[in-house]
Amino acid sequence: MNNNLYNYILGVADNSLILAQRLGELCGHGPTLETDIALTNISLDLLGQTRSYYQYAAKIKGEDATEDSIAFLRLEREYKNVLLVEQPNTHFGFVIARQFLFDVYHYMIMQQLQNSKDLNLAAIANKGIKEVSYHKRFSSDWVKRLGDGTSESNQKIQEAIDALWRFTDELFDILEADQKMINEGVAVDVSKLKAAYYEEVSEVLKEANIQIPESKYFTRGGKKGIHSEHMGYLLADLQYMQRTYPNMTW
Amino acid sequence: MNIESLNIESHLIPTLETVSDPEIPVLTVLDLGVIREAVEKDGIIQIKLTPTYSGCPAMDVISDDLKAAFATIGKEVNVELVLAPAWSTDWISEEGLQKMEEYGIARPLSETADKDVLLGQKKLVKCTNCGSTNTHLVSQFGSTACKALFKCDDCQEPFDYFKCLK
Ligand SMILES: [Zn+2]
Repeated sequence: MNNNLYNYILGVADNSLILAQRLGELCGHGPTLETDIALTNISLDLLGQTRSYYQYAAKIKGEDATEDSIAFLRLEREYKNVLLVEQPNTHFGFVIARQFLFDVYHYMIMQQLQNSKDLNLAAIANKGIKEVSYHKRFSSDWVKRLGDGTSESNQKIQEAIDALWRFTDELFDILEADQKMINEGVAVDVSKLKAAYYEEVSEVLKEANIQIPESKYFTRGGKKGIHSEHMGYLLADLQYMQRTYPNMTW
Repeated sequence: MNIESLNIESHLIPTLETVSDPEIPVLTVLDLGVIREAVEKDGIIQIKLTPTYSGCPAMDVISDDLKAAFATIGKEVNVELVLAPAWSTDWISEEGLQKMEEYGIARPLSETADKDVLLGQKKLVKCTNCGSTNTHLVSQFGSTACKALFKCDDCQEPFDYFKCLK
């Protein structure tokens, strides 16, 4: 099997799975009916994309791998998602800030992945980018609404942006497997997206009257499987059924 | 999308027409444009199905319904999910769009117009109850991923708008 390709796919897909799980936690708990529906719709889109990636990864892995075994039966250290997406829902400002910081990045990746030499990945990206453009529009709108809203909403979204900012630098890290896939024209060279990312993010934050954090302290590790303390709890929820009743089906 | 331009064998069409979208039951799978190919090979019906949205839960149901529909005429079905080319709202047939509007879901606008209404910049979506375009966006996401929620400012009815996907 092509280990580098398999690992690269998981690196992209795990972000979507873990963020989908976080958003899924909000089902029935959104601040209003409309935002509740929107966030769970976004969760469903991300989960759908994850399924396409995992189905493909399962084919590459062979043996008896399935999309479900990849989603539910790995250990914490085997998940390759960035730290940003596993951060808790804390309050609505955090939900929106996390979504916005991820959506801008996600959209850029999808844009480039459409041109991947791997036609399966290109097809998934070509399908997914249409959905991600709606996500980005939703989260950017809310960043502006909160930032430009009351002094309390401004303070809360500012707090969330400040707290999550330290996870943004990791988005542009490249692992060894990634580099090999980049060389083959399969993977997206995320390191080249960094400048454009901060420019786009800053533009929206400025418009929203949110101050761009100046801290140069960044946390990383998720891509290498070193996760924050929140990840274990998230996986306990995610994996509960398969761990408790192995091989159960609906 | 014109059925003639797709590889759908005509003798399979009557059975395909009996299968509808579980979330918008007035639309058949042919109206919706999700059947990309349907051919009979060695007695087995081979169908290529494409999802509207990546996470659309209707796809599993449609797949089961296709098998059930062809089982009634004693045929076995093999359904393959294909992602490329990606589904677009342009593939919904004109007949399908009309049925959708009668059902209470406003049809997708062009790509630019769609962006304008979803950003709340223009009033272009026609109320499915009274026909007024004096409507406003309530939520970019509606009861399913493919729809947005609108409200009419004349007759006050809330209604769904099928978002443009291209
Ligand atoms: Zn009306």
